[in-house]
Amino acid sequence: MELFGDPAQWLPLVFAGLMGLSILIYVVLDGFDLGVGVLFPFATDAEKDNMVASIGPFWDANETWLVLAIGLLLVAFPAAHGAILTALYLPVAIMLIGLILRGVAFEFRVKAPTPHKKSWDLAFWIGSLMTALSQGYMLGIYIMGLENTLWTFVFAGVTAVFLTVGYSFIGACWLILKTENDLQKKAVEWAKGGIWGLVLGLGAISIASPLVSPRIFDKWFSFPEFLLLLPLPLMSGALVVLIWLGLRALPTKDDSWAWFPFVAAIALFILAFFGLAYSFYPYVVPEKLTIYEAASAPESLFIILVGTCFVLPMILGYTALAYTVFRGKATELRYD
Amino acid sequence: MDTLILSRIQFGANISFHILFPTITIALGWVLLFFKLRFNATGDTKWMDAYRFWVKVFALSFAMGVVSGITMSFQFGTNWPGFMETVGNIAGPLLAYEVLTAFFLEAVFLGIMLFGFSRVPGWLHTLSTFLVAFGTTMSAFWILVLNSWMHTPVGFEMRDGVAFATDWWAIIFNPSMPYRLAHMLLASGLTVAFLVAGLSAFRWLVGDRSGGVRATMKTGLYLGALLIPLQIFMGDMHGLNTLEHQPQKVAAMEGNWETRSNVPLLLFAIPDEEARENRHEIGIPNLASIILKHKAEGVVPGLNEFVTEEGEVMHPPVAPVFWSFRIMVGTGMAMLLLSWFGAVMMLRRKRGVEGLPKPLLWVLVPMSFSGWVATLAGWYTTEIGRQPWLVQGVLTTEMAVADVPAPFVGTTLTAYLLIYVLLLTAYISVLFYLARKAVDGDLPKPRAPLSGQSITHQVAAE
Ligand code: HDD
Ligand code: HEM
Ligand code: HEM
Repeated sequence: MELFGDPAQWLPLVFAGLMGLSILIYVVLDGFDLGVGVLFPFATDAEKDNMVASIGPFWDANETWLVLAIGLLLVAFPAAHGAILTALYLPVAIMLIGLILRGVAFEFRVKAPTPHKKSWDLAFWIGSLMTALSQGYMLGIYIMGLENTLWTFVFAGVTAVFLTVGYSFIGACWLILKTENDLQKKAVEWAKGGIWGLVLGLGAISIASPLVSPRIFDKWFSFPEFLLLLPLPLMSGALVVLIWLGLRALPTKDDSWAWFPFVAAIALFILAFFGLAYSFYPYVVPEKLTIYEAASAPESLFIILVGTCFVLPMILGYTALAYTVFRGKATELRYD
Repeated sequence: MDTLILSRIQFGANISFHILFPTITIALGWVLLFFKLRFNATGDTKWMDAYRFWVKVFALSFAMGVVSGITMSFQFGTNWPGFMETVGNIAGPLLAYEVLTAFFLEAVFLGIMLFGFSRVPGWLHTLSTFLVAFGTTMSAFWILVLNSWMHTPVGFEMRDGVAFATDWWAIIFNPSMPYRLAHMLLASGLTVAFLVAGLSAFRWLVGDRSGGVRATMKTGLYLGALLIPLQIFMGDMHGLNTLEHQPQKVAAMEGNWETRSNVPLLLFAIPDEEARENRHEIGIPNLASIILKHKAEGVVPGLNEFVTEEGEVMHPPVAPVFWSFRIMVGTGMAMLLLSWFGAVMMLRRKRGVEGLPKPLLWVLVPMSFSGWVATLAGWYTTEIGRQPWLVQGVLTTEMAVADVPAPFVGTTLTAYLLIYVLLLTAYISVLFYLARKAVDGDLPKPRAPLSGQSITHQVAAE
């Protein structure tokens, strides 16, 4: 392992990258199915079945990326793991309870006696909402350096709302891709509403984080970094405009371009993610602990890395298989 | 109550809730594969009926397992940061391998297994069923490697209070792992056997005479009858292994205070830790010595050995360990009796399910969840028996706890408990609801002439 230079240097970086990757994949994938849950009350009963059908075969695997992300935090940066999770104790609990509610509501709503279906639909919505809001809240507190003051509280409240709207936006884009007719038309409207939440949320974070941290301010607004980074906001802006134009033209008669909003939304999430990652590197606990200080023993990290190199491509492979098997418009979920 | 005790209760509650569902899915996955393969081989629709009914139970249990498992993976950070900070170098890779090799496998192929029947070729559906079963078994493997290592830690060295791995092979195949893994997998098999038998008995009692219910009734009872002797044998081996590595736990299980020979096997006693003696003992003379040392004069360690000169108690609380052990073994004995009796009745004059007497069927219904009782009791024996250690001899539970304000933990604990009660009630009632619905013909009774084949089978089975 000395082959690539000092492992205490590059291993933490590799693991920070892997962790970032799984958070990103999680936010995109569970983002769309959480978003579908958040949109639940706006749909009719028949549409609800259709919406659940569009995410049924995927949600479990989507959430596994969260388990991987938290697992990587735990194994690669044990010191940071304790610090972050104890600081976020209550929002984490709210998120977990939300995940429990929505995960089981999926199953119960079709298996429990018919009169109970409405209650489970409600549980599904509340669970999705709790999860999305608490994740947004945690994002806000994290950006604010895990401090608990009135201001960080207000800011986190704002990010909570915007991340939730952001999720419902990508959820709506998923529905445009996976559904037809009335529901698809509705989804286009939902996406048009949701995109504003996303724009405002990204704006709020981009303005607030440099203001809170002089270090982040310097990272963005010094020369020549500023010029090199300029494409990031410019591309995001361009994407927003394209999505907006796309949404106005959708749904098309032959259903062409139905994929576009979803793909563009993913691109937008990726850009935003890179912006954040750039701001925080090399810290894993903002302003307190760098990835190098928090990393576990190189031997242990190396053992995991070897496994990851073999297994990750396989995971990506069979994930792709699942998305291929269930490609096309969502149909009724049946076990036979 | 302080943060430590609340965190312990919370951890115990969360893991107890979680383990209920993997216990079902680990073995039910294989049972489903069995149904599928029987169907492939015989073309008999009763196997497909069995598959269709139990795949619903599987899907529901799996969802419960997943969401409660996600809670588990956050627990280490929110409540036990000292655990990862001290033994993270060892626990970390094991947990990571669990996610990488097991969780993704089962989660992805679950989608295809549940909803892909008409979308993928038959072999791919069967393969997916296999991979899901294999994935759940792999998760059990990795998590039990970690748990066993916490009981019998080897293959590491301590540097500045942090554990570093020196020998991964030794860590994975640590001394108690093979026993714990085998015992847990058998426990899972038994839990499913009795769940299948119990729900089938319920269906039979409310008038279901379909081929599907016959097939599952037989599968459940024969599986139970087959596994329970193995489990009792494995449990004995497990106990002997524990005697070697954690004698204080065995002393608590036996309720034995003094190191001595000719120790009786206590059937009943009320261990009193204040007085350091048992009250109201009823026991079989010499039997504990015979079981543990294979001779009546065998010397068995007692709890008083594990009190330091200063009077510090280094053995687990006695009563909970003593009692949970008896509940587990008692349930095991009941399983032995019932499953063998049932098997004999079915084999006698080849009467099959018809040969089962009504009272047995009535007893099997409440036994549906006996596997849960035994499994939880077993885990309480194991885990409480390790106290005050979290990692035997390396880290105490007290050292690992987070300094989160007690009211926080109290609040989340209350919330979890409420949700668990709600979900358990919903889960159990939905299982019986599904069973009742299956009787009323939710399962495709021959849909149209198209499945004429299934009609003939149905008639033949009546
Ligand atoms: C269906 C479930 C079930 C049944 C019928 C039994 N067990 Fe068990 N037992 C478990 C389920 C279980 C378990 C939940 O799976 C445990 C907890 C940890 C473990 O590895 O297995 C366990 C633990 C456990 C331990 C503690 C090991 C340790 O030190 O950690 C012992 C000594 C036994 N068992 C022995 C027995 C005996 C002698 C049985 C005879 C009837 C028996 N078990 C039946
Ligand atoms: C699945 C079945 C399990 C059950 C039912 C179970 C149950 C329990 C219980 C009741 C306690 C509390 C002991 C006490 O406070 O006296 C405990 C402690 C603990 N167990 Fe387990 N356990 C299980 C498996 C595991 C596994 C697989 C792990 C680790 C990977 C684990 C890790 C712990 C930890 C970290 C504690 C510390 C908290 C404490 O001591 O209260 N357990 N467990
Ligand atoms: C502290 C201990 C534990 C942690 C952190 C944990 C974590 C998890 C997580 C995160 C999942 C969801 C995986 C997914 O997304 O698909 C899960 C599922 C599972 N766990 Fe656990 N678990 C623990 C204890 C146990 C124990 C003791 C067993 C069995 C002996 C077990 C067996 C399983 C199995 C078989 C599954 C997959 C099937 C299902 O979800 O029903 N786990 N666990």
